[in-house]
Amino acid sequence: MAAVLVAIGRFGEYFMAYLDGTSAPDVGTIRDTYVAQVQKRRLYSGLALLVFVLLMVSGFNVADDRNAGGFWDGLHQVGDYPAEVLSEAWERRASLPGLMWKYFPSLIETINIAAVSTIIGAMIGLLLSLLSTRGLAKWPRLIPVFRRCSDIMRAIPEIVIALVLIFVLGGGPVPAMIAIAIHTAGALGKMFSEVAENADLKPIEGLTSTGATWAQRMTLAVLPQIAPNYVSYTLLRFEINIRASAILGFVGAGGLGYELRNSMAWGPGRFGEAAAIFILLFGTIVFFDQLSSRFRNRLTEGQGQ
Amino acid sequence: MLTIENLTKRFGENIAVDAANIHVDKPAMIGIIGRSGAGKSTLLRMVNRLNDATEGSIVFEGEDVTHVRGAARRHWQSRCAMIFQQFNLVPRMDVVSNVLHGTLNRRSTLATMFNLYPTSDIHKAIDILDRLGIAEQAPKRAEALSGGQQQRVAIARGLMQDPAIILADEPIASLDPMNAQVVMQSLRDIHEEDGRTVIANLHTLDTARRYCDRVIGMRDGRIVFDGTPEQLTTGVARDIYGAGADFSEAATSTEIETLDKPTTPANAYV
Repeated sequence: MAAVLVAIGRFGEYFMAYLDGTSAPDVGTIRDTYVAQVQKRRLYSGLALLVFVLLMVSGFNVADDRNAGGFWDGLHQVGDYPAEVLSEAWERRASLPGLMWKYFPSLIETINIAAVSTIIGAMIGLLLSLLSTRGLAKWPRLIPVFRRCSDIMRAIPEIVIALVLIFVLGGGPVPAMIAIAIHTAGALGKMFSEVAENADLKPIEGLTSTGATWAQRMTLAVLPQIAPNYVSYTLLRFEINIRASAILGFVGAGGLGYELRNSMAWGPGRFGEAAAIFILLFGTIVFFDQLSSRFRNRLTEGQGQ
Repeated sequence: MLTIENLTKRFGENIAVDAANIHVDKPAMIGIIGRSGAGKSTLLRMVNRLNDATEGSIVFEGEDVTHVRGAARRHWQSRCAMIFQQFNLVPRMDVVSNVLHGTLNRRSTLATMFNLYPTSDIHKAIDILDRLGIAEQAPKRAEALSGGQQQRVAIARGLMQDPAIILADEPIASLDPMNAQVVMQSLRDIHEEDGRTVIANLHTLDTARRYCDRVIGMRDGRIVFDGTPEQLTTGVARDIYGAGADFSEAATSTEIETLDKPTTPANAYV
């Protein structure tokens, strides 16, 4: 209310100034209006900060209440488990290379799951993206349908799909592969369609004029334009999928994660194996991260030869 | 006051600035002229410590600032304001906030991150904007302003630093002649009224002649001329720009009047 009165008053001042013939406001008025504006802005950001702090505090309390242990009681024990693992692993450091060799087949399995699911997911994602991009879609009216399809594929966590599939198909790498492929298709479908939206439509028109089918137009006119970006996104997704497939091992989908869960759940005595698996996993992720970032840089920067 | 000795900057094989010596004993308005690539920008950027010098020293009022680090370097930077060709404002922030950025070195990081400035600073910022004739633009976003107005906002940010030296790197190169005149006059007024030293890179001779007390000419990284505008004859200018006999001052001019000037030889070769 007060603000409205002030605003009316200020308008009055401007109006009087206008009648006086001095339409430009003087420095004093500019100062006052700006400071008032700043104070209003500060009030709003203060309120926003207050809401944020309240949400944080109340959210923390809710979480702490529902927690089985209690945050503050457990906090000082956070370092205990890693310390135990590390000290035991250090004692058995001589056996680490042998253990790493023992788990190498599981690592291959994990990478296999990631690779197959990335390839399948990328192919489905490509199809979904072309079908859900304005200007490229074969059935423009169905764009929302395909968009929602990829939304759903992205929305359901991989671990949920994997658990359902393990229940149906039994444990092993195939459920993990399908679960990750579904998520990858959804995620890449979204990223790909954003790239495809920026594609130049003229080559497509050119091919249409020669009587090409939709599939021909997409593969011959659209793909060459967007291929570098597609490949780079797919490589990024491959890295993410290595991590994902290791996690899915925890729910019985095979690979390195399965071994890791076993060695961690069995408690002291097998921490050396846990450490060996951690090293393997870390090394693999670093390796593929380096490899794909080098590859991606080449693709995006050196587009020619 | 400011002494630059043997200041050198190498980029690998290339020498951008080659053993520059400049001595300024009292506040002055100095113009640095030369072709693009002559090392003018690098020189100013080294003085502001945006780039590090390879060799040589910059001494300001007895203090060697060539190699100061951390807080000392930031403090020195706050004492020599820099004005850029492309203004370098934050486009999405309002004009007054942009001017208040001049106080960043004095205020705490936390307060400035939340845009909390003292009211006295806000008043001062608006007064500076008023001095430069753009107070009405105060609440607008910087990106909504014209080039000339944005450059004046950048000058206001510099003035807000309350600097001893103002370094201007091609301040008018992306402005039209009218705005260029306003901006150069503002810099001249700041020098005359506040007694601050202004060092400006300029790409036109007539601007340097008209606004500066002292002109420094650079060619291929070397200082080849240092004197008053009167000493800057057309022959010297030809040397600085490495131009042939066909060189005339009007050719590098952005002044409006020169367009109407008859370009007879008597007039062009001063």
